[in-house]
Amino acid sequence: MISLTINNLKIEVPEGTTLLEAAKKIGVNIPTLCNFEGREAIGACRVCVVEVEGARTLVASCATPVSEGMKVYTNSKRVRDARKTVVELLLSEHNGECKTCDRNNDCELQSLAYQMGIEEIGLIGETARQHIDKTTPALIRDNGKCIKCRRCVAACNEIQSVGALFPQGRGFDSVIGPAFMLDLDTVACVQCGQCVAVCPVGAITERSHIDDVWKALDDPNKLVVVQTAPAIRAALGECFGYEPGTLVTGKMVTALRQLGFDKVFDTNFAADLTIIEEGTELLVRLKEKIVEGKKVALPQFTSCSPGWINFTEYFYPEYLDNLSSCKSPQQMFGALAKSYYAEMMCKDIDEIVVVSIMPCTAKKYECQRDEMNSSGIQDVDYVLTTRELGKMIKQAGIDFKSLPDSKMDSPLGLSSGAADIFANTGGVMEAAIRTVYEIVTGRELPTENLHIDAIMGLDGVKRASLKIEGTLPEWSFLEGVELKAGVAHGLGNSRKIFQAIENGEEFHFIEVMTCPGGCIGGGGQPRHTDDSVRLKRIAAIYAEDEGKQLRKSHENPDIQRLYERFLGKPLSETSHHLLHTHYHQKPVC
Amino acid sequence: MSQEKCLGCQEVTEEDLLLQLDGILDDYVGKPGGLIPALQIAQKLFGYLPKSAIKLISKKLSIAYSEVTGVISFYSFFSTVPRGKYMVRVCLGTACYVRGGKEVLSSLQKELEIGVGGTTGDGLFSLDIGRCFGACGLAPVLMVNDDIHQRVKAEKVKELIEFYRDLELTKIKEKAG
Repeated sequence: MISLTINNLKIEVPEGTTLLEAAKKIGVNIPTLCNFEGREAIGACRVCVVEVEGARTLVASCATPVSEGMKVYTNSKRVRDARKTVVELLLSEHNGECKTCDRNNDCELQSLAYQMGIEEIGLIGETARQHIDKTTPALIRDNGKCIKCRRCVAACNEIQSVGALFPQGRGFDSVIGPAFMLDLDTVACVQCGQCVAVCPVGAITERSHIDDVWKALDDPNKLVVVQTAPAIRAALGECFGYEPGTLVTGKMVTALRQLGFDKVFDTNFAADLTIIEEGTELLVRLKEKIVEGKKVALPQFTSCSPGWINFTEYFYPEYLDNLSSCKSPQQMFGALAKSYYAEMMCKDIDEIVVVSIMPCTAKKYECQRDEMNSSGIQDVDYVLTTRELGKMIKQAGIDFKSLPDSKMDSPLGLSSGAADIFANTGGVMEAAIRTVYEIVTGRELPTENLHIDAIMGLDGVKRASLKIEGTLPEWSFLEGVELKAGVAHGLGNSRKIFQAIENGEEFHFIEVMTCPGGCIGGGGQPRHTDDSVRLKRIAAIYAEDEGKQLRKSHENPDIQRLYERFLGKPLSETSHHLLHTHYHQKPVC
Repeated sequence: MSQEKCLGCQEVTEEDLLLQLDGILDDYVGKPGGLIPALQIAQKLFGYLPKSAIKLISKKLSIAYSEVTGVISFYSFFSTVPRGKYMVRVCLGTACYVRGGKEVLSSLQKELEIGVGGTTGDGLFSLDIGRCFGACGLAPVLMVNDDIHQRVKAEKVKELIEFYRDLELTKIKEKAG
């Protein structure tokens, strides 16, 4: 342990702790614009400078480890003046208008300027050159607003291992962006939006669909239905001042009705459907391999996460056949809303507008993919992030906190607890195993509370194995088989799984979620998401699951009805037409 | 471009050079710190860094394309556009700057009729600025390829350029036999 004083307060911390972390432990918050959890500090923004007795210059507290006997001052005049100058310099270069910025009232630079009492910018100079890239369906980048903190670079390279963004050039002229300042749609960007999630200012945002959705809601000739992803209910409350991990399912449904949506449905319903289709697909692959001796692509990979699909198309095209052919729950829902539901309501498909509320920016990309027009037109029309929904609720003058709870509509609104846990890493795998195990053995998964501990939590790569015993006659070929599951979240971790496969490790089924923590940590969630927030949201999701009577996808009566009335059986021709697809290789650069 | 073949030398295609680069890069795969030497080698091979070479380096060393171009654009030594046979770099480090480096540069711009980063129409000269060659005592300094010229005077620049033009002419005559 190392002893030091911070503002004359004695503190002992383990060796290797940074001054920034040490200060936090005694309730001293040091501002920073570039530091964020999970990446080595680079001291780029200089906002976190502190004074260390005996040191010639101020030091960046994020990048300075503690040492024995250090005397640190975080609030001396010298420190305050330096920080103020740093922020003023950033403001003088920042080419943005707070009043019309997407991040107004949610901007770290704006908050710092306020905290430091900067009432006018005394420094006048050149501003950053504006270049707005609107080429992708999901993301908008504005270099004029960029303060070059490089958080997005770390998210894109170190966490996601995508490498679309990097600093280009040097000095004042340097810009953050793709090679040769190409537009994002011409490089291998998976549109996960982790850059959006960590940007302290408005330099990277999601492409808003708010105006389109208002327009649809205002059109009396449209039946506007909305689906909400599992991860929204554990995070939307944060837009209204609730603690992370507060479940607001009932209030969310009421708010969506008050916004004017004709029907409030649940992506969870489609998540249950995904489990039936994807679980059956896995069993078919195993049967083809073990019984028929066919060459089958195994392990099977989950395919719910559109950033992960993009990643596989760009970087691992040789594994495209391993992806489950199931569309994501969002797209299954859209295809059903414009077929099954449209028929039920006697509506033409172009009279129905499908809006999704997603924790994700890549869903905006996914909904306009060529593969996603199974109903005959675009299956999902608009995607709003959790943040955008929060904004719409505020625009409508709805006092969210005082709303009563209400329930989702039928017939696309009922879901099991297994669908809830699609929101977090390990959840899709657990949901699938709950169903697959029961199909094969006729018995309930024999684990405590139906959970599989080994794949819960925030470890980047998780593994579980489950011995199948006591199979039903039809599945006797699986008797004694050790089902091996792998789970990764954050695309960088998916590379480790690929590496393990290439090293010969055996898996049958692998779940990958693009974002750290899974969808609860998606690029469209309220900012700022760190591991403590992730864990709280995950706890809320498990509570939602455990609070339900219905815990297994195959027991969902509305799913059973859907098969009886419309789809026939899992992997039927109708299922294949509406719910399945295949993806293709994309060139990297 | 003239289609006339250079006498006595075989024309090397970009594909040949890429193949050569591919072989050289084998030594740098998986080695930390291998990017800059790889770029230096590629630049020496091609005379500049064409996109095809950058992509090859990115792929082979498993370094994102954006990171490779980030490094290239950070260092003024690297160029992504073809450069002249003679690379003229004028030092504008502090010592050279105060002892007339800037005048030397503008005199060169006038003589070569190109700006900083440009290449003359005949493909002979490219002009760039450098930041301290470590020869401050000899300021102002400029480099033409690997030759260092010290205490250069703005009015003598024309003479210097003529020297290289003559040198080139002699070489051509020698080759023509």
